[in-house]
Amino acid sequence: MSVPDSLFVPMNRDAVDAEAIVRPRLSFAQEAWRRLKQNRLAFAGALLIVLLALLATVGPYLPVQSYDKQVLTDINLAPSAQHWFGTDELGRDVFARIVYGARISLFIGLAATLIDVVIGIVYGGIAGYVGGRADNVMMRFVDMLYGVPYLLIVILLMVVMGPGLATIIVALSATGWIGMARVVRGQVLSLKSSEYVLAARSMGSSGWRIIRRHLVPNAMGVILVQISFSVPSAIFAEAFLSFLGLGIQPPLASWGVMASDGLSVILSGQWWRLFFPALFISVTMLAFNLLGDGLQDIFNPRQRRS
Amino acid sequence: MASYILKRFISMAVTLWLIVTVTFFLMHSVPGSPFDKEGRNTSQTAVDNMMAYYHLDEPLGVQYVLYLKSLLMLDLGPSIGHFPTTVNDMIGRGFPVSFQLGMLALSISIVCGIALGTVAALRKNRLIDQLAMVLAVIGIAVPNFVVATLLIKYVAVEWRLLPVATWGTWRHAVLPALALSTGPLAIIARMTRANMVEVLTADYIETARAKGLHPAVIVFKHALRNAVLPVVTLLGALVANVLTGSFVIEKIFAIPGMGKYFVDGINNRDYSVIMGTTVFYSALLLVMMLIVDIVYGLIDPRIKLHRKEGRP
Repeated sequence: MSVPDSLFVPMNRDAVDAEAIVRPRLSFAQEAWRRLKQNRLAFAGALLIVLLALLATVGPYLPVQSYDKQVLTDINLAPSAQHWFGTDELGRDVFARIVYGARISLFIGLAATLIDVVIGIVYGGIAGYVGGRADNVMMRFVDMLYGVPYLLIVILLMVVMGPGLATIIVALSATGWIGMARVVRGQVLSLKSSEYVLAARSMGSSGWRIIRRHLVPNAMGVILVQISFSVPSAIFAEAFLSFLGLGIQPPLASWGVMASDGLSVILSGQWWRLFFPALFISVTMLAFNLLGDGLQDIFNPRQRRS
Repeated sequence: MASYILKRFISMAVTLWLIVTVTFFLMHSVPGSPFDKEGRNTSQTAVDNMMAYYHLDEPLGVQYVLYLKSLLMLDLGPSIGHFPTTVNDMIGRGFPVSFQLGMLALSISIVCGIALGTVAALRKNRLIDQLAMVLAVIGIAVPNFVVATLLIKYVAVEWRLLPVATWGTWRHAVLPALALSTGPLAIIARMTRANMVEVLTADYIETARAKGLHPAVIVFKHALRNAVLPVVTLLGALVANVLTGSFVIEKIFAIPGMGKYFVDGINNRDYSVIMGTTVFYSALLLVMMLIVDIVYGLIDPRIKLHRKEGRP
């Protein structure tokens, strides 16, 4: 039986594309944004962070007194229409200092975290990707550092280098990168041997494509989660150090310094000196923790949160 | 098991040695000597004598070896600020107080944290659950010095229920222990809840329920045991948390514990005290972590310590 040529139809080129190894996809950012919007608490956290950042950015342009201006006729005033958060013992406006403190506290949190991220990703990435003996040695070192109580090291560094903004950031990131390195290394290690990377490889994906399409997006979630927990812990550590007298030096104001100043006058009834800095520290911590929890649920739903 | 513990001891010794070395050279890289400020009204001979007493006139390498030697004999050296007192004396005096405070805080946070987490898990997504978890997030977000101040302000000053500060009877311990326990309590509550929610969906719980066991028996005998197990792994970190937290709490409540000596040491730049307490704290934490790992291996039959590689 012969089939006439006229019955043959040239195959549609599009049918070949059906075999392609991609699905219609959203970019990593789109995907994350879509899921973030569904998680109300995390979204609230993100919104709070944006507000705080806005406050820190535009704060100095608000029509309030400068953070270090002393009006000695207006000392120890309770909150009023003129001084929203009251004034301190030098007649400085507490609201202005809170706004200014937002810049310093957020800056410390972000700067320390940025250094952590860079060192952690490079260190953990190399250890995880190279593997073998290099990984063993590198992680043994990290394990050792992990056993050291980090605040002790931070305190030691602060004592040695003297208090100050740069010192705090250096001291916090000297130990902060360890957590990031462990997380990134673990992630790279498990992703490297995952089935879909193997599948991609067996379908002929180049190494670069695997890194770009699989390793980076999948590790990114865990890194973001880690970031959202390390910013507040840096802010917290700064408050802690300020409390021990090792933080920012006056006339600069961070929330930690203000809170520890406020502690000494709480018993004489000037509640606003402690209340507002403590409120802002707590709200910031809360916002980042909510966002972090949400990101945790978004990016690794199977991992337990603690 | 024995070989695992031996291995861990070796790695602990190396870690401790690293800490000692780093601390030592950090401390000695600070310009000036501890006696600079006394130079004005102290004769040169006296300063020389003091320098010789603390071996500060020797080359750095010799000082380092001397320090290591005395450390091996568990001697942390004399305090520079409070002359006749040694760092060992300070730890001997301060540590029991800190230990009591820390243990009390840990017990409060473990008992209340597990209870809160369990209740939240049993009433998942109900009002109680949401309240408990909001409470837990607040516990994590609010710094403990703020909690301490609020407790002093209201419980001690306004309502006069408990003493404001210092140390002595059990009544003195309540407020500082409460303030110290909020953070760990919140962490434990969240972890217990997460584990409990997962455990409650397990097949063996279903079986127990199908057998007609009393709900209380199911929760306490079957679920809680497995849900609480992972909390043990947190204990190492929580001990560290309580330890550093006690620096601040002891300062606020004027409690004569180790944290106070450490903070005073920092403020007076008393290097031998800072070093001594750092080494002691590090050693304490390392031992605690080892104990936690061993205990975890003992109570969780799925873990075989000798086969484990590194930290889980």
